[in-house]
Amino acid sequence: MAGISKTSIARKVAMALSGLFLVLFLAQHFTINFTSVVSPSTFNEISHFMGTNFVVQAILQPILIAGVVFHFVMGFILDIRNRKARGVGYAKFNGAANSPWVSRNMILTGIVVLAFLGLHFYDFWIPELVHKYVETHPDDPYRYYDETVAKFAGDPFRTGFYALCFIFLMLHLLHGFASSFQTMGVNNKYSGAIKTFTKAFAIVIPMGFVFIAIFHYFNNL
Amino acid sequence: MKLKLKIWRQEDAQAKGGFQNYDVDGIDGDMSFLEMLDVLNNNLVNEGIEPIEFDHDCREGICGSCSLQINGEPHGPDRRITTCQLHMRKFKDGDEIVIEPFRAKAFPVVKDLVIDRSAFDRIQHAGGYISVNTSGNTQDANSIPIEKQNADDSFYAATCIGCGACVAACKNASAMLFTSAKVSQFALLPQGEVEAHERVISMVNQMDKEGFGNCTNTGACYVECPKGISLENIARLNREYLSASVFS
Amino acid sequence: MSVLESKIPEGPIEKKWTKHKNEINLVNPANKRNIDIIVVGTGLAGGSAAATLAELGYNVKTFCFQDSPRRAHSIAAQGGINASKNYQGDGDSDYRLFYDTVKGGDYRSREANVYRLAEVSSNIIDQCVAQGVPFAREYGGLLDNRSFGGVLVSRTFYAKGQTGQQLLLGAYSAMNRQINRGKIQSFNRHEMMDLVLVDGKARGIIARNLVTGEIERHSAHAVVLASGGYGNVFYLSTNAMGSNVMAAWRAHRKGAFFANPCFTQIHPTCIPVSGDLQSKLTLMSESLRNDGRIWVPKHEKDAKAIREGKLKPTEIAEEDRDYYLERRYPAFGNLVPRDVASRAAKERCDAGYGVNKTGQAVYLDFKAAIERYGKEKAFTSGHKNPSKEEIIKLGEEVVESKYGNLFEMYEKITDQNPYKTPMMIFPAVHYTMGGLWVDYNLMTTIPGCYAAGEANFSDHGANRLGASALMQGLADGYFVLPYTIGDYLAEDIRTGAISTETEEFEAAEKDVKDRIQRLFDAKGKNPVDYYHKKLGKIMWDKCGMSRNAKELQEAMEEIKELRDDFWANVRVTGKAETKNAELEKAGRVADFLELGELFAKDALERNESCGGHFREEYQTEDGEALRDDENFRFVSAWEYVGNPRDAKLHKEQLEFENIELKTRSYK
Ligand SMILES: Cc1cc2nc3c(=O)[nH]c(=O)nc-3n(C[C@H](O)[C@H](O)[C@H](O)COP(=O)(O)OP(=O)(O)OC[C@H]3O[C@@H](n4cnc5c(N)ncnc54)[C@H](O)[C@@H]3O)c2cc1C
Ligand code: SF4
Ligand code: FES
Repeated sequence: MAGISKTSIARKVAMALSGLFLVLFLAQHFTINFTSVVSPSTFNEISHFMGTNFVVQAILQPILIAGVVFHFVMGFILDIRNRKARGVGYAKFNGAANSPWVSRNMILTGIVVLAFLGLHFYDFWIPELVHKYVETHPDDPYRYYDETVAKFAGDPFRTGFYALCFIFLMLHLLHGFASSFQTMGVNNKYSGAIKTFTKAFAIVIPMGFVFIAIFHYFNNL
Repeated sequence: MKLKLKIWRQEDAQAKGGFQNYDVDGIDGDMSFLEMLDVLNNNLVNEGIEPIEFDHDCREGICGSCSLQINGEPHGPDRRITTCQLHMRKFKDGDEIVIEPFRAKAFPVVKDLVIDRSAFDRIQHAGGYISVNTSGNTQDANSIPIEKQNADDSFYAATCIGCGACVAACKNASAMLFTSAKVSQFALLPQGEVEAHERVISMVNQMDKEGFGNCTNTGACYVECPKGISLENIARLNREYLSASVFS
Repeated sequence: MSVLESKIPEGPIEKKWTKHKNEINLVNPANKRNIDIIVVGTGLAGGSAAATLAELGYNVKTFCFQDSPRRAHSIAAQGGINASKNYQGDGDSDYRLFYDTVKGGDYRSREANVYRLAEVSSNIIDQCVAQGVPFAREYGGLLDNRSFGGVLVSRTFYAKGQTGQQLLLGAYSAMNRQINRGKIQSFNRHEMMDLVLVDGKARGIIARNLVTGEIERHSAHAVVLASGGYGNVFYLSTNAMGSNVMAAWRAHRKGAFFANPCFTQIHPTCIPVSGDLQSKLTLMSESLRNDGRIWVPKHEKDAKAIREGKLKPTEIAEEDRDYYLERRYPAFGNLVPRDVASRAAKERCDAGYGVNKTGQAVYLDFKAAIERYGKEKAFTSGHKNPSKEEIIKLGEEVVESKYGNLFEMYEKITDQNPYKTPMMIFPAVHYTMGGLWVDYNLMTTIPGCYAAGEANFSDHGANRLGASALMQGLADGYFVLPYTIGDYLAEDIRTGAISTETEEFEAAEKDVKDRIQRLFDAKGKNPVDYYHKKLGKIMWDKCGMSRNAKELQEAMEEIKELRDDFWANVRVTGKAETKNAELEKAGRVADFLELGELFAKDALERNESCGGHFREEYQTEDGEALRDDENFRFVSAWEYVGNPRDAKLHKEQLEFENIELKTRSYK
């Protein structure tokens, strides 16, 4: 068991598991955000719960952050190792002939998503920390909706950039989500269904995020 | 037809190597790709130039000797064939063809287009067998019935010819398709079950030691594999490996 | 007169092997550790021998010229492997397998060896299954069988069209286990260049490291040659490009007798030669003859029109076709043995009825089978009045399920669709029954030098039946050699390691180096392939499917001239110190140029027709082979004395105590 973390398959499995975990988080995040379109009060309610609940804040959030960091760091490590495994490069490499673009460019789509996360932290998470711990404002369960909307209202560039990043997230998920099942050793009669589901998920969720951003943008013109 | 060839030449493992351009004429569509290279080599010998070294033996797609990255794809543009089965009718008069060795750190160049694939052999040494003695005191062959589906799947995994196209095609130079075929062949049979855990761990360890990359499931290996070794084998390898790691 | 001692054990045939095993010397396990064995070749014979010897405790070194043992030519075998398991309950037995093999070989093989082969055949299947070889199975989970030409039972085990591959991977897996234990050292990309004799015994080899060009000395207490067949003496054959006679020929030059060199199998169903620059011929499995009908046009003018591309085979009416096998051999029809089918095709083509641009091809037509299967299928699926199109569609599906991969392979190579137009086939060199003479223990006439697999002459007489080469290779390697070699090595337990720092090794190494230097020194103008092709043409034209004294004599002369020209005018590029494919080829062709002459001589001296050896002077009125049991019931074993043409003939008389000699008839 000890040796497991050192082999290529173990690393891949860790990558897949962290990815799946992030997918779960994404689904959860999307569900909450979506309430902002339907019902601002529900949105506020859930956001307040998430922002103040001890378990979420002290346990789940650090796990999430660790997951994100792990996924990225491991992604980079694997990519570097994989590049090294080629040795001398090809003069002509026709990857398009045998594999989808998304599968060959996970590092690129991943980096864009990482950049996006940076922005996202800058936009939401850091202000949130400042709000709660630096400036120590009193607890306000109704601020979340307005704050969220304010980010998009009147800012076509930010909204556009968000949309673009989510397209990259979609590309990342189009390969990554299905791929994680293969890495976990799932390839059987359900594989077709899994493929369809993961593809649908990879498109619907990111596009849903885009929809939310655009919704708030246009709603507040 | 007349062709322009751009071919990798390298004196030996230490030498630097580079591309050379050659023209060949009088190529017929019925010729195989290797016969086209024979023509070129014959011309070179006549000019007193050392011919191009490439691996080949059976010339019918079964020994796995021939390799060659042709216009960016292992075994060239056709599917489910090896380079020796690639026919020149796939090309047109005047085409330029870039020919390189399969590239991977674990497959160093020996000379020109010849590479050293002994890494594959070492993976097989590490566990590619069932520990029975060859003494002839085994039980009757029909005393272990094997479900046809499993026998067939094992057979399909075992048809891997060890050519290395999977590694060459993979952007990560990963040997997972090959290793998974070798592991699956035994894992699917009751005879192979006894040592399954040990086998998969040893073979994966050896695969890593050789310096192959990680699988990122691009599927390029399957597309380029002359024998169509299925990606299911990779999933099986992952599964076998996980269960071996957890349970032993 | 003979120096040939076949060492056949006494007693009734079915007891000989058991008795022999009980009586021969053994080496105890502790002593085996002090004994080294070299195995040249890692095909079915060499791979299985190496694995078993190592498992017994000997230190084994294997050699092959490919980059991995698993690529030996055995990998290419398609159809299957025989064993007298009688799983189908169709009356098979060791005796029947023995009988079929001796008869199929036209009574030119040694009874005792063949019986032993039949006896251990069942063990091979058990062994391979235990190793994990995935043979084809039925839905009940038990092993499946198919049937092959020349026999009346279903005894062939198979793994689709890749039986050789699966068996070789099985043998290689057994090798892997021993490599992992450190009991086998495998030297890949190494070519044996000479055999080293010390005090008259085989004690090592000189090998060239094909990557670095280094000439290496390797010593051992015994040397096993399992280096395969020499069909490539014909240049074009179904053998792998690298298959060669060097190992066997070098041993021959050092004193091992070469037996029956002229016994060559020409396989009737291969894809015809398409052009001058072709390098290799491809076999289309024998199984196709179960459903394909072989024909040529009945009228010469039609054949001519076809050759000129003015007529298509599908345009020739039924009554204008000559199904010559069905006509000549009504009893066996398209399923006559290989030698008979090949000769019949040649006869038609020589008479001017051949098709293809070259006139060197006949048709193998599946139209009748497609229609027959189509009708059957339609009928069984309740379709009583199918249209012609429906019948053909259904029939094509059935044919695809049986031969799909072969049809695909054919189409890839020829760019023609064999469902719509008949296949073209022509005979091609496929297997060599001749090889190093060995006794019952598989030892050559050099003490301590053994030969196994296609490299020896032992079991197939003048013609080999389908699916029996794989059987022989594995029988030799897994079950025969490991016992018999102990008998010899028992005397070596106190010898200690063999030093390579001796005069004998010194001299052998020098010879090898000089020979390489001579090849470079010729500095001529002709590439090696030029000579190989010329040799191939002589062999094919004059020593091929049918032979006559005049042409054989011419062949001997021509080959000698060609050989002299080779040594004077060959051009070998590059250096000896790196990988150099031209140099490798040159060494092999040089030996083929000697073997070819002996081949022709052997054919010339065998004044009879038997199996694959057909002498035009010795045929019946209707053109069938005429065997001469009175004068030629022997194995010709040739001793090297300098020039191939001067080789000295030794005869091993063949005794048939268990099988009555008969004329083969397939009418
Ligand atoms: C296309 C085809 C299909 C066939 N199908 C069948 C079939 O269905 N059933 C059947 O029974 N038989 C079949 N045969 C015949 C059968 O495959 C061979 O006879 C058999 O495999 C020979 O095995 P082997 O071990 O003797 O030699 P090989 O497999 O030829 O091995 C020779 C070995 O010797 C090595 N070697 C040779 N020279 C040297 C040297 N100088 N130095 C070092 N190493 C050397 C090579 O590297 C190789 O490892 C077929 C043959 C062909 C060509
Ligand atoms: S898996 Fe396919 S591509 Fe890879 S070595 Fe085997 S046959 Fe070649
Ligand atoms: S030469 Fe054997 S597979 Fe191509």
